[in-house]
Amino acid sequence: MLSDKDRIYLNLHGHDDWKLAGARRRGDWDNTKDILALGRDAIIKTIIDSGLRGRGGAGFSTGLKWSFMPKKEGPLPHYLVINGDESEPGTCKDREVMRHEPHKIVEGALLASFAIGAHTAYIYIRGEYYNEANRLQVAIDEAYEAGLIGKNACGSGWDFDFYIHRGAGAYICGEETAQLESLEGKKGQPRLKPPFPAGKGLYGCPSTINNVESISVTPTIMRRGSAWFAGIGRKNNTGPKLMAISGHINTPCVFEEALGLPLKEIIETHGGGVRGGWDNLLAVIPGGTSMPMLNKETCETVIMDFDGMRDVGSGLGTAGIVVMDKSTDIIRAVTLLSKFYKHESCGQCTPCREGSNWVLKVMNRMVEGRAEISEIDMLMDVTKNIENTTICAMGMSVAWPVQALIRNFRPVMEQRIIDYKKAHGGVSQIQVSVDAPIGG
Amino acid sequence: MSEKSMNKQPAEFAFDQESEQQIEKILAKYPAARKASAVIPLLYIVQNQMKRVTKSAWVPKVAMVVVAKRLEIAPVRVFEIATFYTMFNLEPIGQYHLQVCSTTPCWLRGSEDIVAACKKVTGIKEFGQTSEDGMFTLSEVECLGACANAPILQVDHDYYEDMTAESTIELIELLRKGEKPAHGPMIDRLNSAPVGKKITQNTGAEDVK
Amino acid sequence: MTKVIVDGIPIEVPNNASVLQACEAAGKEIPRFCYHDKLSVAGNCRMCMVEITGSRKPLVSSCSQPVMEGMQVTTDSETIRAARRSTMELLLINHPLDCPICDQGGECDLQDQAVGYGRDCSRFTDEKRAVVDKYMGPLVRTVMTRCIQCTRCIRFTNEIAGTAELGGIYRGTSLEITPFIEQGIKSELSGNLIDVCPVGALTSKPTAFHFRSWELKNTDSIDVTDAVGTNILLQVRGNEVMRILPRKNDDVNEEWLADKGRFSLDGLKRRRLDRPWIKKNGKLVEASWTETLQHVADKLKTVSSDRMGAIAGDLCDAESMLALKHLMNALGSSNVDCRQDNAYYDISQRGHYVFNTSIAGIDDADALLVIGSFPRQEAPVLNSRIRKRWLSLTEQFPIGYIGELPDDPTYKVDQLGETPELIAELIAGKHPFSEILKNAKRPMIILGHGAITRPDAKIIFEQTMALAKTVGAVTEEWNGFNILHHSAARVAGLDLGFVPQGQAKDIKAMVNGGVDVLWMLGADEVNLSALPAETFVIYQGHHGEKAASRADVILPGAAYTEKSGTYVNTEGRVQRSFAAICPPGEAKEEWAAIYAVAQLLAVDLPYHNIDSLRAYMAEINPVFAQLRLVQNVVDVNLGDNAQGNFEKQVLRAVISDYFLTNSISRASLTMNECSKLRYAVSAEAAE
Repeated sequence: MLSDKDRIYLNLHGHDDWKLAGARRRGDWDNTKDILALGRDAIIKTIIDSGLRGRGGAGFSTGLKWSFMPKKEGPLPHYLVINGDESEPGTCKDREVMRHEPHKIVEGALLASFAIGAHTAYIYIRGEYYNEANRLQVAIDEAYEAGLIGKNACGSGWDFDFYIHRGAGAYICGEETAQLESLEGKKGQPRLKPPFPAGKGLYGCPSTINNVESISVTPTIMRRGSAWFAGIGRKNNTGPKLMAISGHINTPCVFEEALGLPLKEIIETHGGGVRGGWDNLLAVIPGGTSMPMLNKETCETVIMDFDGMRDVGSGLGTAGIVVMDKSTDIIRAVTLLSKFYKHESCGQCTPCREGSNWVLKVMNRMVEGRAEISEIDMLMDVTKNIENTTICAMGMSVAWPVQALIRNFRPVMEQRIIDYKKAHGGVSQIQVSVDAPIGG
Repeated sequence: MSEKSMNKQPAEFAFDQESEQQIEKILAKYPAARKASAVIPLLYIVQNQMKRVTKSAWVPKVAMVVVAKRLEIAPVRVFEIATFYTMFNLEPIGQYHLQVCSTTPCWLRGSEDIVAACKKVTGIKEFGQTSEDGMFTLSEVECLGACANAPILQVDHDYYEDMTAESTIELIELLRKGEKPAHGPMIDRLNSAPVGKKITQNTGAEDVK
Repeated sequence: MTKVIVDGIPIEVPNNASVLQACEAAGKEIPRFCYHDKLSVAGNCRMCMVEITGSRKPLVSSCSQPVMEGMQVTTDSETIRAARRSTMELLLINHPLDCPICDQGGECDLQDQAVGYGRDCSRFTDEKRAVVDKYMGPLVRTVMTRCIQCTRCIRFTNEIAGTAELGGIYRGTSLEITPFIEQGIKSELSGNLIDVCPVGALTSKPTAFHFRSWELKNTDSIDVTDAVGTNILLQVRGNEVMRILPRKNDDVNEEWLADKGRFSLDGLKRRRLDRPWIKKNGKLVEASWTETLQHVADKLKTVSSDRMGAIAGDLCDAESMLALKHLMNALGSSNVDCRQDNAYYDISQRGHYVFNTSIAGIDDADALLVIGSFPRQEAPVLNSRIRKRWLSLTEQFPIGYIGELPDDPTYKVDQLGETPELIAELIAGKHPFSEILKNAKRPMIILGHGAITRPDAKIIFEQTMALAKTVGAVTEEWNGFNILHHSAARVAGLDLGFVPQGQAKDIKAMVNGGVDVLWMLGADEVNLSALPAETFVIYQGHHGEKAASRADVILPGAAYTEKSGTYVNTEGRVQRSFAAICPPGEAKEEWAAIYAVAQLLAVDLPYHNIDSLRAYMAEINPVFAQLRLVQNVVDVNLGDNAQGNFEKQVLRAVISDYFLTNSISRASLTMNECSKLRYAVSAEAAE
């Protein structure tokens, strides 16, 4: 368990003052100038040494990402873009940082921007987080007022501007290049890579995109040192991490916990246990809903960190845990995810645009059982095709939940089909229901 | 866009003074040659102005032309944006926009009850419809990113969290009376902290039962 | 150059090549829908997947992947085939299988690739999506349910046409292609949308359901509806041109064809002169060729040489102009003129009346000044080349414009002013734009017919030459002085000397009673109001318009699709077309009829067939010996002693109605409909 002294977010739930005075009391903005005085390379080295892996889902080393930026400023300005488009179902951690610890973001933005040679940073906040964006704006205004950012930020000699850009309802804008497109005033459609953002990002300039949490932990890492951060968790999986737990547990919540703990322990302590007791557990989605779900057997032993989840064929993702008990219609639960990903497909590339729609149509029938057993294999095959051919990772998000359902709950799906056939007679079922709207 | 909605399209749109002041601030955020970045913010300003003036927050097509001119981009680019992002209403909506999250984490905690309650109190039959009194439009939205406080009912900009059928009915009745209760959890709970527990500064979890 | 290995074949490709291009260079077929040579890379169809050894991803879209030294590419494996099968299956789930009633059938990328790379049957059993069709004007027919969202059309309007009319609205499976307002596409290049669309979503509206692609036979030709010399393909069934498509020629039109060139074809069948006519007792009556030719010869015998003259129109082939000029000269007349618009040219050197920079040369220019020209309407395809340059330099390609702007030029111009005094100001360095031109390494000046058809044309021309000299637009390596023509016959006419020399009469003099016999070779744009009633008019051409109705004799001619002809485009590029069909009725190639008249007059022309005529043509002007090439010699003699005063009126573009500039397009119902739609709408908007 993470001990209180190692906690980074001291006002995660907002019991305390979120404004500048409160933030300063909790240690934010303490000698930021001295940290900046260490210089770019030292800051990047500290972050690399801390082992901080990106908190947005992909888990790539934050410090290493910073080091990809051109060392010297060329004719083009550098940009930092902070990804606050938290939209992966099950994930709600960045929201708490924005509304209760906004100064950690502002200070982290300054440090990160300095480290990558950027004088301007944008934070892209999902449109629905209206009140959260307003709070952060107050914090930014306070920081400008106090001379912490703006011209000669913190007296460091570094000029730094920080702006909020609100999205308007599109999950895909959480994908870093889609976010850049959206920020440039276009549809949020992921870009083809290469070129990568560090070479050609926002406005065609060198850019780094980091998650809100990755940015907001950097001031603390700089103050307490890389060794402290690296000392928490397991090798390659260091530090405390914000997590959220939702679904069929007794106490849904957002919390900060060390990486490397057993998932079961997290569910028991933070989630207050599975509704109806551990044995009532059906499945857990460990890291935001695009990560494949785990069955109860796996949940008994799996470790909650990047490598632990990878070892069981899933992923830590955003560490948004969704717990489902035995009352759950698991096919329906996954179908709702298929509906989500179909709704959020940007429509750019064929496999995702057409595939997400097809998968949903089949899944809708699977919920009823109005399908053929052979279609389960077809679904597996179709999702396998989708996952490897899309422009961005959305193909995986469409595919993985369904694949995990088939892997873990195939008998449930088959039984549903058999039951439907029994109830409706006939061997082969008409798959387009009679009352289906034309062209729907 | 349906034929019906075309009939509701106003003949013209112009930014009012309040909007103009906001636009000035928005445009200052982006490099001068990158004005197009402001397309989402400007569409928000349109939608807010429509709400202010007509009580219905939506983006008429003629306003897209106005935004395009201001940002020196083709109108079809603005049209793309207004239709790509789901938070822009392309048709007039009710005074309050009730948005129920139906994605898995909310569904697991009873979002269907919230939908049923909304329909019952407002008389709305299907998502996308507006109540007869013009007070409410009910929409189904995908994950709102507050899963630890599921289920969520978003009213305009505000999240009402940890909803039940009862609290939904109560909330809508209050809205109808012109009252808007404070948003956040509708049960006894500090934001996203575990129910019955409160995180304090130095000691972490502490029982407050 | 970068060395890559494609399926074991080592190959060298340019450093900026994509893997797809490398695969093609290695002779491998890579299926694709969204990728198009001339458009930006979208990478959205996911059909062109290949395997790259050592890549993090199992499959890579080859169109968007740059090559790297030593890269090993596999274009065919079970994984790749499975991916392509899958993409095909996914593309087809919402595509209607209505090929039997689809005009794209037989030349459809989706159809072809489904056969080549798809599954034998679909596993999709649920309901399909339907999309409401969009109105895109009289030229482009839409069946949007067939759209596979490759976005080529969006990229075409954004990048090439520059009108940014199409967009993709909504998202995911609801993504739809649409114009913002459904009032018809406003681009002069809109027909190319049909070509870039890989499926049957965008097809040709005027010829919908008229033919199947496999019924057509192809003939190479040259577009005559403007002076770009667009290389075209005439597609024929029976004795009818069913469709006109662009041919690829990167030096001239890349892959594009302007709408007038593509859609005027119904005009080829209307208002045609298909038999000889002779005016008897004030009425035109049908006559035989023998009688008619004799009638013409007899008439020519009756007048003195200085009382006869000839005018050549804008669509004429060089052969007939040469024959007519010869006949006139042989009869002792030098009264010949091909300048229906009375334009001023200095024909002392070829460089003074052609587009010296060349169309492909625009790709190298770094500043541009346009004077009295509106290339978007005068030469839409050339205009797209200017836009291409402007886009590629992202604002580093300053474009100055002198004259009234009738519409959006499709690129940003700095409108310096509307009157020609600006030229003098630029020479004097009083205007900031002269610095821009001076600092440019390869500046271009385009002088249009809006400037050289005015009373002060000579002074404008000479001042522009002086400006070119001042700013260094003509050097050993670069010739930035350009005249932009819009008449297909004009440069050939000038090259052949089809202009009055010395004391000879020009058009104005000829139509004001200066001649007693006037031979009008396809001259449809001449104002005949001052022509005395007693002037004997011989009209030779293919369409019955005003000039024909005034004629005393009509010699029916062949339209450009019906003869092999030589045309010289605005660059001075000599190109040759072939006859795709026979002329209607008794109509004849013009040069042959002229030759017959010459024989009746016992005039011995030094050729007897088209080949010897062409050989002779090359003899009198060697430029005709070099087909398809532009001569890159710097033959501009820049004067700087211009004298005279400019007129006060503003410089206006010459074309007021893009769609109705010649007799073929005026006879075309399609072009008339386009004209009504375009100009009625803007007239309304102006009110």
